[in-house]
Amino acid sequence: MIIDKFNPLEDEMISILNKEGEIVREDILPEISDDKLIEMYKTMLLSRIADSKALQYQRQGRMLTYAPNKGQEAAQIGSVAAIEKEDWLVPAFRELGAWLYKGISLEKFYLYWYGNERGSEFSENEKVLPMVVPIASQLPHAVGIGMASNIKGEKDVTLAYVGDGGTSEGEFHEALNFSGVFKTPNVFVIQNNGWAISLPRQKQTASKTLAQKALSYGIPGIQVDGNDILAMYAVTKKAVERARNGEGPTLIEAVTYRLGAHTTSDDPTIYRKDEEVEEWALKDPLTRFQKYLIDKGLWSTEKDEKLREEYSDMVTKTFKKVEKIGTDTELKDIFQHTYSKMTPNLEEQYESQKKYFEGGEK
Amino acid sequence: MPLLNNIGALTYALEQEMEKDKSVVVYGEDAGLEGGVFRATKGLQEKFGEKRVFDTPLAEAGIVGSAVGMAINGLKPVVEIQFSGFMLPAYNQIVAHVARMRNRSRSRYKLPMVIRMPYGGGVRSPEHHSESPETLFAHIPGLKVVIPSTPYDTKGLLLSAIREEDPVIFMEPKRIYRAFKQEVPEEDYTIPIGKAKVVKKGEDITVVAWGALVREASKAIKTLEEKEGISVELIDLRTISPIDKETIIESVKKTGRFLVVHEAVKSFGPGAELISIVNEGAFLYLEAPPSRVTGLDVTVPLPKSEHFFMVDERRIMDKIKELVKY
Ligand SMILES: Cc1ncc(C[n+]2csc(CCOP(=O)(O)OP(=O)(O)O)c2C)c(N)n1
Repeated sequence: MIIDKFNPLEDEMISILNKEGEIVREDILPEISDDKLIEMYKTMLLSRIADSKALQYQRQGRMLTYAPNKGQEAAQIGSVAAIEKEDWLVPAFRELGAWLYKGISLEKFYLYWYGNERGSEFSENEKVLPMVVPIASQLPHAVGIGMASNIKGEKDVTLAYVGDGGTSEGEFHEALNFSGVFKTPNVFVIQNNGWAISLPRQKQTASKTLAQKALSYGIPGIQVDGNDILAMYAVTKKAVERARNGEGPTLIEAVTYRLGAHTTSDDPTIYRKDEEVEEWALKDPLTRFQKYLIDKGLWSTEKDEKLREEYSDMVTKTFKKVEKIGTDTELKDIFQHTYSKMTPNLEEQYESQKKYFEGGEK
Repeated sequence: MPLLNNIGALTYALEQEMEKDKSVVVYGEDAGLEGGVFRATKGLQEKFGEKRVFDTPLAEAGIVGSAVGMAINGLKPVVEIQFSGFMLPAYNQIVAHVARMRNRSRSRYKLPMVIRMPYGGGVRSPEHHSESPETLFAHIPGLKVVIPSTPYDTKGLLLSAIREEDPVIFMEPKRIYRAFKQEVPEEDYTIPIGKAKVVKKGEDITVVAWGALVREASKAIKTLEEKEGISVELIDLRTISPIDKETIIESVKKTGRFLVVHEAVKSFGPGAELISIVNEGAFLYLEAPPSRVTGLDVTVPLPKSEHFFMVDERRIMDKIKELVKY
């Protein structure tokens, strides 16, 4: 199968859907129901709209620092669509598409980036770990979840994301090493978006691909066109199957591109050329997939326009709601989740702060 | 004399010292071409080349660990950790090696190196961007911990730090990176590490603060003096380790009251240490229990609740009044 046959030292990255939205590898075209294809596309579109609106709000001074996703929708949604409801998702911090597909509401996502603790309140059966800001530190957790699945004899698979920059951290290597040794049911997706803030991928590591790093841990590594949602899905699906069959982990390098800034506090004009961005804009995963669906007769420009409007309204409403919730933050929010029960020390600090804030303006 | 903010003073000090001392090398994540996410090292790569100012892969343990080897091999690395919240992957290197290389080699190897990092809250940052972890360093024997609060001090203290034989953790209060400007002399001057500064003389109470809170305390004190006629002596600690006991004890002997103000969480924080010093050195002079105004014993909240956590002018003022009335 594609994963075991792929040699990251020699083979070219896997691609199924070309820039024009045409199928170039019929032999590995995954079987996906029409409904699912549409669902994947819809999530991409929602992600794109919510993302661009977040930037807009940030510029208006209504949103805090935000990490944009534009251009990375296929890498995220193509992979997350290949896991099942009972599987685990371990995100980094730039996975809006993955969150949405896994069923986390946009409201929660916005709330978190809006700086409100309530953005992290999900129900317990979500099987999604919290957003992780310290780079690569989530990967050992993903492996631990996999180890537990093995110990308990459960068939859950754990899908985890990391950036190209993240592959330099010690924890990336420790996680992969554990995963190889314990043969955990993990799928690791590197979103290689070309940059880690100002550092280009070529200066992050001297290795030719990121996928080849898998070899030193005795696990398969495969490089995939990260802007091709079908290729991302096909490869992740196989990796998930391997994991579920007890064949161990897979490392997937999704080659994609960060079309926007690293975050809203960043100025990419200092370190990267416009031409590079323009070139990548032509490989936009959204238009590529849309074209494929239209050619297949599953979608139309009319439907697209209508849905865009619908989502645009929905996103605006969601953000307005978030702004409202954001202003009535409670003091207790910052105390009550420190321990299972507030310690006497915290009770005392809480009471004293309460008196203080009740006695004056916030 | 150039008029500079804290970031400008940092760059200025680095530039001058790199010119003077060819062994100084500057690196970190995004620290080269871009000049760091806060632009503290801006323009240095252009001026000194990629051998002396460069970007590294995203790996803090690698940055600090390589600086250890570099210092042993004759250079003076000044490395940047992007945010103090992200120094933790390097903490093993810092505690296990940076702090004790001299001890382990019986002083054969010394580590002239500076680890710079922005710290502190109040700028509406995401998670892990707002902590004040000075205690985590000050608690480790073998490290010196420095925190400037003005452009003038930034230059003088950074030059001392780079010239120091021992490793220095140089923490930068990012909230005041660009808050104000000050004239910074062109000439070479240093401010000794381990020496606090009496910012303002006073009679009724001694207040010790550092970093961004020196400004917060100054504001509180000004209001108190004008409205309540309370005379406050304000000390900028400047160095968290080693602490300048003498200046503090001398001051408390005069005022009879002591308040320490810090943004780090309360329990086991630097305030506890300072109060012990006061108890040990000036107990018989005290007219009120030495006290502290600090961050809370909780994870620093996300921006929408951050104001609940921050030490502000009013909290400082209330506490000073309470202690003076005691
Ligand atoms: C341990 C750690 N060091 C530094 C940072 C600051 N930082 C945030 S994102 C980032 C770059 C991440 O690059 P990459 O892993 O490629 O992911 P991308 O942002 O490109 O999605 C850095 C250096 C951090 N969050 N955590």
